[in-house]
Formats: sequence, C-alpha cells, structure tokens
Amino acid sequence: MSGRFLTILGKVWLAMILVFLYAPIIVMAFMSFNASQFYQLPFEFSLKWYQKLAGNAEIIDAATRSVGIAIVTTIIATILGTAASVALFRFEFRGKRFLQVMLFPPIAIPWLITGTAMLIFFFGVGLGRGTPSVIIGHVALALPYVIVVVSARLSTFDATLEEAARSLGADAWTVTRRVTLPWISSGVIAGALFAFAVSFDQFVVSYFLSEPGDSTLPVLIYTSIRKGFTPEINAISTIIIVVSMAVMLIAARFSNFGGER
Amino acid sequence: MAEVSVQNVSKFFGPLKALDDVTMDFPDGGFFALLGPSGSGKTTLLRAIAGFIFTDGGTIRIGDTSVEHIPVEKRDIGMMFQNYALFPNMSVADNVGFGLRVRKVGATEERRRVGEALELVQLGQHGDRKPHQLSGGQRQRVALARAMVTNPKVLLLDEPLSALDKALRVDMQFELKRIQREIGITTIFVTHDQEEALTLSDKIGILKDGRMIQAGPPREVYRNPADVFTAEFLGEANFLSKNGKGVLGLDGASIKLPPDTASTATLAVRPENMSISVTEPDGADLSKLPATLENRVFAGAMATCVLRCGGEVFKVIARDQDIPELAEGGQVWLSWKPEKTIVVPEG
Repeated sequence: MSGRFLTILGKVWLAMILVFLYAPIIVMAFMSFNASQFYQLPFEFSLKWYQKLAGNAEIIDAATRSVGIAIVTTIIATILGTAASVALFRFEFRGKRFLQVMLFPPIAIPWLITGTAMLIFFFGVGLGRGTPSVIIGHVALALPYVIVVVSARLSTFDATLEEAARSLGADAWTVTRRVTLPWISSGVIAGALFAFAVSFDQFVVSYFLSEPGDSTLPVLIYTSIRKGFTPEINAISTIIIVVSMAVMLIAARFSNFGGER
Repeated sequence: MAEVSVQNVSKFFGPLKALDDVTMDFPDGGFFALLGPSGSGKTTLLRAIAGFIFTDGGTIRIGDTSVEHIPVEKRDIGMMFQNYALFPNMSVADNVGFGLRVRKVGATEERRRVGEALELVQLGQHGDRKPHQLSGGQRQRVALARAMVTNPKVLLLDEPLSALDKALRVDMQFELKRIQREIGITTIFVTHDQEEALTLSDKIGILKDGRMIQAGPPREVYRNPADVFTAEFLGEANFLSKNGKGVLGLDGASIKLPPDTASTATLAVRPENMSISVTEPDGADLSKLPATLENRVFAGAMATCVLRCGGEVFKVIARDQDIPELAEGGQVWLSWKPEKTIVVPEG
C-alpha cells in the first residue's frame, strides 16, 4: 500500500519538476503565436511576430553571427578537446593528474567572473573586444565539456586495440584514425554538440567580449529587452529553444546510448 | 622468419626490477615458452621483445637487427593478445587484412592472403562476420590469423589459450602447434600453465622475480631443474631434502646418491618415478623408503596415491594395475632407480 503511495508521490514529483522546467517556456512559445502585443487573451493565432522577425535585419544579422561563431567554436573545441582526451588517455607524463583536475574549475567558475577575467586579459594582450576574442572565449568555455565527454567514451576503450594495431605496423596517426576514432566517434559527436550549445547559448562572455556593433543573438536579445519587450523576442527565443533542445537531445542520445555496440 | 636473441636485458619499473639481466636465445623456427608465476617478468619480457616496453639495458635482436630503439610498428612482429584485441568495428576479413592494408599490398593481394590465412585457421567461411558474432575459439583463430598474415619475423603470443575452457584449450594446443609447424615461424608465448609449456614448446624459459632461472628443452628442464623453485613449479616433486636440510629423517643407506653430491643439495623424485610395493623390494641398486598409504585416487588407467613418509606427504602416480591392492593406512615400500633422483646442487 505504502509502496504504491510512494510510486504515485514520485510521479507527482516528476510532473512538478517538468512543469517548473517547461511551463515558462511553453507560455513564451505560446505567446509568440498570439496576435496581441500585450499578451492579451483570448488567444488569437498569428505568425506576425515571426514575419516581423524575418524582416528585422539586426536580429537576423546577430543570429547568423551567433551560428557562425558557434560553428567555428565547435570545430576548434572538438579538434583540440579530442586530441587532448586521446593524449590524456594514451600517455603518462608529469603533471597529468594536475592537468585533468584543472579541467573542472572552469566549468564551476561563474561565467561572469570568467568573462571579466577574459575581458581584462584580452585588453592586456592587445586583442581587445571583437569576434576573435569571442571565439577564443567560447573555445575556452567549451573545451572542458568536450574533454569530459570524449574522455568518458575513451574510458570504455580497450587500450590493447591500439597495441594490436601498432603490432600490425600501424603508425600513431593510422592507429588513431582507424581504431581509436571509430570507437570514440559517438563521444566526439556528443562533445561537438555540447560545444555548439555552450557557444550558441552563451551570454555573459559574449556580452563582455563582443563589440557593440556586432553582438551575438543572446546579447542582442538582452539589449532589446532593456529597450522594451516585444513578442518578436518571444519568436526568436522560441526558435532558439527548439534548436538548442534538438541539439541537446541529439547530444544526449550519442553520449548515453553510444556505449551500445 | 628469424631468430630472436635476448642478451642481459634489464628493466626497472621505479625501484622494482621487472627484468634482471635476462638472457635467452630463440633459434629460428622454434616454439618457445616463457613460463613463470604472475609477477615473474614473463609478460614484461614478451612486451620488451614486441617493443611496447623499452629496456633499460642489454640487447634484443630480431634476425640481424638490434631492435632496442625501434618502435613496435617497425619491428615486423605478429602479436596475439590475451583478450585477442580484435577491432570491434571491423569484419573478420578486415581485422585479418589490417596489417596488409597498412603495408599497402593492394586489394587483390590482400584478399588472397586474408583468404589463405582464414583457410589456415579453418575459418574460410567467416570473413564477413563481426568479432562479436564469433565464439571464443573462433576469435582466438582470427587473432592468430591476423598476427600471422603479414609474415612477421616472429610471432608473440600472450597467454594465448588462457581465455578458453579446458576442452577447447587442449584442441587449440594441437591446432597452434600444427599451424606453427606448417608455417615454421619463430614463436614465443607466455604462459603460467606448466603443462601448456611442456606440451607446446621446443624450449622453455623459466622466470622468477625478473630473473631467468633456467632455459632449456622441456624434458631437460623437467628432469634436471636448476633449483627448488623450478622443481616445484614445473610438475610435481617429492622432496627428500631442500638445500641440504633434510625434509625427512633419511636413512642414508637406503637412498643412493652420486658420489659427488654436495651436502647442500636438494633431492627430489617425480611422482611417476616411484614404485609402490608391499614388501621391501630386493635389488641393492634401488633407493628405498618405507611409507604409509593414506589415500588412493583411481583415475582410469592411472592412479594417484598419497603417502606419508617420515612426516612428509608424497605423491606417487602409476598405472593402476601396478599398485598393489592394499587397505588405506597399510605399510608399503617406495622404491626408485637412483638415476631418477633429481639432484639440484644448490637452491
């Protein structure tokens, strides 16, 4: 009896979590399809905010820039992160443990602090603000995620497979390409999607490092909200949420179920 | 194919001496066993020959080349791993062909040689399968085919049969021996199974604590072990004394020893070399000991008797029909030809 009660309680708990997580998002998405500018009900379906959005060059510009930065960040972070993971897996060297431990604090340090530090640093080295700084910042933020995800996949990899390939005459590059990468490919894809999400959703660091003229999408959204809220923002936010969720679902699929073989 | 020679090789892992001045020759075309308990350095030696470990001293030659500074992939070896290490994402044929593709032999040549290798291990029909679709014995054959197909100078096997169950293991022992004879490749394998070493090899190297205790043909090592450890490790032995300290309150007159036997010697007799009789056997040229029969285990043609002799437990293995019918607890005589006494000069 009490077991069944607990089961029901558990289900209610789960439902509450999902409501808290998704209710605001659903309301926002809902309102992006409402004709009224002031969120008036009854609901009247309209695509006018999406149409306005399509005509808003500033937002389209920022969205394009955000996607571009995310793609470049993903490519750089995935290559560097995968190479680092393989190196950490394959070699024993002085300071390896220290290096591995030092990968985690950047995930925990508030982005506000990281962003401030980066801004000071980039001015210090003379790079200043701008898209290159934003990309470097995003790569630095995304790298630990890639390394953690790829390393998790590598931990299921049998190192004797590399030894077997070497004993058959394969050099380091051939071993990596033909034996190691096929095994960890699901982890690499998951890591890449994480990197994309970290970059695309990034606000704080982008806000600090981008120049006023070329903001990324989250930065633009923030600044326009300060000027006054329009349902256009609901529309672009809904698009971002759909894209981000799709990316994260694919990432979760690769990182969770990639172990099957 | 080539001979392999290991000269005065040492390897340290921190303060641990994994290999301590190890020397052994592996003549061309032979089948060699490295035998020892875990931690003896046998696997380290195999991996040093393969090139996964760089040694701290000594020389390793494969053929005419000194290989200490040559990495694994340039040594032209074939290696079979304990867990087989088949590439899970590749078919059987692609696994076997991996070394050929790395050597860029061309697709036609690759297909021909992979086919031949799979034929040799009797898996001609299984090229399209994935490793996880094969049984343990089949995987082992694929691993063997993959290691041999490139015609390496030397074939290295790390505990090749340990992952198989006993019945399959015996089959594979003969199979391995047949294939090795057929292609005549110099083969070195690591094992902790003394029976496997005795069955398969032309020469056994026995390692303990990183040192090569003894190297020689199985019969020679079995009959003339270099020390107490080898005598005990390789087969069973009934010790009459260890390092001169009598295990038994020996009646000196009844055990015949060579005249120059050192007083510190270890004396032992193999279980199959002792005979049991009810009355004291005559013949002044026999070594004799009185004993009590404690147990007799019938195993078809052969039987094992456990006896107590002056406080020590002895084992005797003989044809069942040669053992007198006797109640357990009965008094018997053990006798053996003096030349069957193993005399180890010092431990």
